[in-house]
Amino acid sequence: MALKVGVDLVSVAAVADSVRVHAERYLRRVYTSRELCDCVTSSGAPDVRRLAARFAAKEAILKVLREGDEAIPWHEIGVRSDRFGRPSVELAGGAAALARRRGIDALDVSLTHEGQFAAAVAVAQMREAA
Amino acid sequence: MNDDPRPMIRSVLAERAGLPVDVDTLSDDADLFAAGMTSHASVNLMLALEDAFNLEFPDQMLTRGVFASISAIAAAIAELSATDAALPQDGGSR
Repeated sequence: MALKVGVDLVSVAAVADSVRVHAERYLRRVYTSRELCDCVTSSGAPDVRRLAARFAAKEAILKVLREGDEAIPWHEIGVRSDRFGRPSVELAGGAAALARRRGIDALDVSLTHEGQFAAAVAVAQMREAA
Repeated sequence: MNDDPRPMIRSVLAERAGLPVDVDTLSDDADLFAAGMTSHASVNLMLALEDAFNLEFPDQMLTRGVFASISAIAAAIAELSATDAALPQDGGSR
């Protein structure tokens, strides 16, 4: 068994700016429908701190998934939270295929945000190459 | 597309890539990520390029390499423009 770790840090202000400038195009190109439902404020607006944490998670997961420069759309990597707020990873399409090809048996992620930054760490458990 | 896309790419980079350096100091082949462009800024860059050039980057082009330099972006735009030009258009040629 081998472990691979990825980490990423994202500016909350940068995500807020993208939501302001590109609005729905940005949200739909980057986040899953589930993430967009999970990341709303009490007034129904996009919760940019939680979105920033999810973007950090996507990039952290990309760092453990990619062997080279494979094309992986951000929306093929999703993070969902259970009722206790614990995150789990959902992969689709090319991201899921790449995880299978790389022998990734388990993939976990941890997210945080504080002030103007959000961060995530991803850990993958991989089968050793024969 | 016959027009050189690089001046427009530089303009979009200056506005939307959040680079900590002056775009004019970068060569066409300079690594934009090494120059300070974040992964998140590359999303903004992609969306702003789509607006500027009236195209859409398909999923299979969403690699770091496509957005890694002005030359790489120009090559991707040329490829997308050629593909678009080759598609049949409603109402004949344009």
